[in-house]
Amino acid sequence: MSLEKKIHDLNEKRRKAMLGGGEQAIEKQKAMGKRTARERITDLLDKDSFTEYDMFVEHEARDFDMDKKVLPGDGVVIGTGTIYGAPVAVFAQDFTVAGGSLGLAHARKITKIMDHALRMRMPLIGINDSGGARIQEGVNSLYGYGEIFFRNTLASGVIPQISVILGPCAGGAVYSPALTDFVFVVENISKMFITGPEVIKTVLGEEISMEDLGGARVHSEVSGNAHFFAKTEEECFEQIRKLITYIPWDNTRKARMFEPAEPKPGFDVGKIVSDDPTMPYDVKDLIRAIADNSDFLEIQEMYARNIVIGFGRLGGRTTGFVANQPNEMAGVLDVDSSDKAARFIRYCDAFNIPIVTLVDVPGYLPGIDQEHAGVIRHGAKILYSYSEATVPKITVIIRKAYGGGYIAMASRHLRADFVFAWPTAEIAVMGPEGAANIIFRKEITSAENPEEMRKKKVQEYKEKFANPYVAASKGYVDAVIEPSETRKMLLHALDVTENKSIPRPHKKHGIPPF
Amino acid sequence: MEEKEEYKTLNINSTLYKTRLSKKFENRKPFKPADPCLVRSFIPGTVVDVLVKEGSELKHGDVVIILDAMKMQNRLKTHVDGRVKRINVKSGDRVTKGAVLLEMERVAGPEAEDSEES
Repeated sequence: MSLEKKIHDLNEKRRKAMLGGGEQAIEKQKAMGKRTARERITDLLDKDSFTEYDMFVEHEARDFDMDKKVLPGDGVVIGTGTIYGAPVAVFAQDFTVAGGSLGLAHARKITKIMDHALRMRMPLIGINDSGGARIQEGVNSLYGYGEIFFRNTLASGVIPQISVILGPCAGGAVYSPALTDFVFVVENISKMFITGPEVIKTVLGEEISMEDLGGARVHSEVSGNAHFFAKTEEECFEQIRKLITYIPWDNTRKARMFEPAEPKPGFDVGKIVSDDPTMPYDVKDLIRAIADNSDFLEIQEMYARNIVIGFGRLGGRTTGFVANQPNEMAGVLDVDSSDKAARFIRYCDAFNIPIVTLVDVPGYLPGIDQEHAGVIRHGAKILYSYSEATVPKITVIIRKAYGGGYIAMASRHLRADFVFAWPTAEIAVMGPEGAANIIFRKEITSAENPEEMRKKKVQEYKEKFANPYVAASKGYVDAVIEPSETRKMLLHALDVTENKSIPRPHKKHGIPPF
Repeated sequence: MEEKEEYKTLNINSTLYKTRLSKKFENRKPFKPADPCLVRSFIPGTVVDVLVKEGSELKHGDVVIILDAMKMQNRLKTHVDGRVKRINVKSGDRVTKGAVLLEMERVAGPEAEDSEES
């Protein structure tokens, strides 16, 4: 055979492989509003940066006439490319080939690219679009999932792992995304659940649609399993590309530096917050008033909105922001917000991202449902993750910082490197009303006019303790600053903590209150 | 300015905050202590067998209903000494989680009090 013929054959083989499940299956995929696996990779990565591996991998299954079935690439595309120049490893399940079902060869391709990402120290992005285990391959497909989960765990905290749910991801398959750092979902396309609507109907007699059970919105708003919500695949890829700019390639590096940029003039840090601690405001405005170019990439925007987490930059450095949100549930800590913040703090710590905490917290949410849901255990996650974190921790107390909430929100006592407080800060064991009711109970109840006495005592307590100066007098606050000085002080703190290094007692790992 | 109307009042340790309330918070259910006289399905499933009749006298721990769920035959027991007051299901019925399948009434007497705790 001539060289020309051999090259021709190669190109013919490539062409066939690239067609995946064939034109009919591609048409079906498109009708669902979905792109093909290779289109998705192309759209996600820098132009012409993708190199595919294992295009000609075939399965070796024999049972149930599988030996007669040709599954191009075994239903998954793997390779490497770049996003804004950063190297990334990618796999994308191809729903047009046997519904993207996971068999042995399919799993081996995924684990191969995972091993590659871990060895070469680059982020891993997995695009999930699969009907689940390839039943014909039996226990081999279970082996495949197990091998993937194991590698997800091994890679956790070493390289960034991103999961993109662009189709069904059901049963055991959902546990790979669950083990990764960030899960991206798209409305009407993503479907994640352990047991689907049919099983729920036959076993339990309860009817629910796929979207209501495990659609993008449910996982973004209710379950908290998803971190980024998009309306279209395009928007989703834009979100991923943006995220990649904020995070390092692996845990031995820092995120890339950007040109420092002042916040946009539309955000005036001095005009956002009322000095009355009971009045709401949007803390995201405050973050934008502080961050470079007023850019803020929020994570889990719709879930546990009483706490805000996400990435911004200060002086060109990636910074993780954690902030109580007075606009929602008065910014209380509760089961869900503790869980949300704690995981993010651990992410920042694992990947050398300094944490800026903006505090305006009335405490933990009282309630039977909270107690029964384990607010003790979940609330402890925040204490654990802040205490454990060795990255720079800089805290700004905006207004109220009461009781356990004060301690939990990156206080000096959990080893914040810097604690700044605005003059509006109230660092106290609890709010003046509650404190006065307890301390002056006798005076109030025995007074001729208890209500008047109560008001008087609340006022007394406010004047004496509802300020930053008691804490500042003990050195728990390093500086009381004007709101307009906030950015300057944060930049200073980040400069000082640039080479922070603190020893910790040796351990295999801690036992966080999962 | 329409945003302002969403703000409600939330009381935390006697301080009243103006804020939005989460759906989860607004939909929370008031707590009701469990009534030991009610036998409920702890899991959705299908009633396979009802082993007692209305009026049967039972002791705490007696099996009253067999509930098939998750490929298991679950034995549901009474948590009180007493008499069966009402049976709300028959064999073959599919029941949701938490449904009251059977109601007991305590028979007066000192022993009934003793075995209340389960």
